[in-house]
Amino acid sequence: MSRLLVCPPDYFAIEYEINPWMRRSNAVNSDEAVRQWHHLIQVLEEDVGAVLERMKPVPGLPDLVFTANAGIVVGGRAVPSRFRYLERQREEAYFEDWFRSQGYEVVTLEPGFFFEGAGDLLGFSDIWFGGYQQRSEIRVFPILSDWFHREIIPLELVDNRFYHLDTCLCPLSGGELLYFPPAFDRYAQEALAERIDPARRLVVPEAEALKFACNAVCVGKHVVLPAGCPDTESLLISRGYLPHPVPLDEFMKSGGSAKCLTLALD
Amino acid sequence: MMHDQETVLLQGHIIDSLILAKVLDTILMMGGTFDLEDVQIGKTREEPSRARIIVRASSPKLLSEILHAIQPHGASVESERDCRLSPAPADGIFPDEFYATTHLPTQVRIRDQWVEVARIEMDLGILVDPVAQTARTIPMGEVAQGDLIVTSREGVRVIPLQRPRERDVFSFMESQVSSERPHGHIIGDVARRLMQLRAGFREGKADSKVLLAGGPAIVHAGGREALAWLIEEEFIHVLFCGNALPAHDMELDLYGTSLGYRHAAGRVVPHGHEHHLRTINRIRAIGSIEAAVKSGVVKTGIMAACVRRSVHVVMAGTIRDDGPLPGVITDSVEAQAAMRAAIPGIGMALLVASTLHAVATGNLLPATIPSVCVDVNPAVPTKLADRGSFQAVGLVMDAASFLRDLARELGARL
Repeated sequence: MSRLLVCPPDYFAIEYEINPWMRRSNAVNSDEAVRQWHHLIQVLEEDVGAVLERMKPVPGLPDLVFTANAGIVVGGRAVPSRFRYLERQREEAYFEDWFRSQGYEVVTLEPGFFFEGAGDLLGFSDIWFGGYQQRSEIRVFPILSDWFHREIIPLELVDNRFYHLDTCLCPLSGGELLYFPPAFDRYAQEALAERIDPARRLVVPEAEALKFACNAVCVGKHVVLPAGCPDTESLLISRGYLPHPVPLDEFMKSGGSAKCLTLALD
Repeated sequence: MMHDQETVLLQGHIIDSLILAKVLDTILMMGGTFDLEDVQIGKTREEPSRARIIVRASSPKLLSEILHAIQPHGASVESERDCRLSPAPADGIFPDEFYATTHLPTQVRIRDQWVEVARIEMDLGILVDPVAQTARTIPMGEVAQGDLIVTSREGVRVIPLQRPRERDVFSFMESQVSSERPHGHIIGDVARRLMQLRAGFREGKADSKVLLAGGPAIVHAGGREALAWLIEEEFIHVLFCGNALPAHDMELDLYGTSLGYRHAAGRVVPHGHEHHLRTINRIRAIGSIEAAVKSGVVKTGIMAACVRRSVHVVMAGTIRDDGPLPGVITDSVEAQAAMRAAIPGIGMALLVASTLHAVATGNLLPATIPSVCVDVNPAVPTKLADRGSFQAVGLVMDAASFLRDLARELGARL
């Protein structure tokens, strides 16, 4: 059973610009955003069979909807994020409170260590990948590796349109990796090629990567991804996955999609 | 020389992620160099790896640019402490645990800044002025009560020698000494260096003086003319010797003998053993070697050339000396200080046919100064190498042959 944390988009809007996707002039259609979010929730609950935990939205925190950046949850322990930008730092306390209220053991990083949660830390059971340079800092990974006894391979993100690791890389339940190589520097591309068998590396075409095809939620054989990525869907089908395209373009205005809107709570 | 350096730590899963490779590549691509001091590879996939990297750059600016570039990849500057200082308990006594220097370039950390230790020389202490943020070496005998002296190794770093840019015999810095090595190419390289240094000296460039420390065997074996020529041609700028070298050099001028041997005839002349005593007595009567040369009493040879070319001469006496000649320093601590004072500005040293002066000079020289030790006795260059003057190229050969070959290489018709 897969449990995910979500937060309704009651206050979702573009109130600041902290990534190349955000433009305040490109206003969110709130009704449409709410519709799209509920559609996503419906797919996750009904088609995928995930159990969703809902967080209470907070006025003035438009990005609280992107729960992937709440932190990371491993077993009974949670590490809340430490956001790079002031605009999102105000979310930290709410996410931390939520973890505590649910009985998680909360482990915190020292102030000044930037780490944006599951947005920048993804992986398989035995190996995790840590995205750094855009938002999270590389120096948090040895600390997390020590806390959770996991190998964490840091990968440098070099294209600011792919500012979180989950915007350009998605580990799938069968050991495959959906990813967009040019978002990474040469060393990260080589490190991935070194560790993941070529047959398991599914390269997403640029046009679909820019629609955040990699920002997908994989639960068992189900993969929920933004609509409009037919090549990625074919790739997934060829490996035995069941794609669930969901229109999420209102959230793309803020630089987020399916994965950004959820946090895995195992 | 890449003197500016900083130690950084890199840890985590740095091997498979190629983060270590990226950091090292970045250092090199930006024009720096590195030494991997300590690398611990995790034994399992989960276990992190660790690397201590010394980053070197040719300027503080480049170093800071490199550190700035590698820091986002996790390379953090190792936290370093200031050097520890203790006041000297009394005149002439270092505090316990004093740091003893090597002859390699050394830096000490004073108020979070690495400061070059001035006048580096082996076997001394380091005197620090914390207010001015300066440091220099100081001999045990010269320390005054209350002087702040570096103790322990904390906050002290020794910079290994970089291979010189010149591709010659000195770039190998080997301490191997053998009588079976051909000498020609070594002398050729020495001559090339002397030629460059003389050009630098004439242009007033820093560190372009050449020091020769020599013994009387130079005169006895017939190397006097060659050395005098080298001095006259401005290849030698500082001379370290004892009482005997100038005594026999001037004996030859005044009597045609050295230690009683008539050079032209190649045999001992009657009462020849007195000649060097009479020489010393004569110079003592005149008052100084300089006066003897300037008044025309001494006309040829090494000392005459030194006076004419204003070569800085330090004569250090020993307990077996006759006389001694005026100007010979008989207090050995004073003599050592005079030699030490003549070291700044030296760009190369020739240590020829004198165990005592070669070793004493070797001890005073920073490792960065190339030196050539020439002696018929392999023990002398070997002894110098053993004492850590590994920048010294050793030549097992006769002093006169060396000086003659060198002078000829430089254009002398001898």
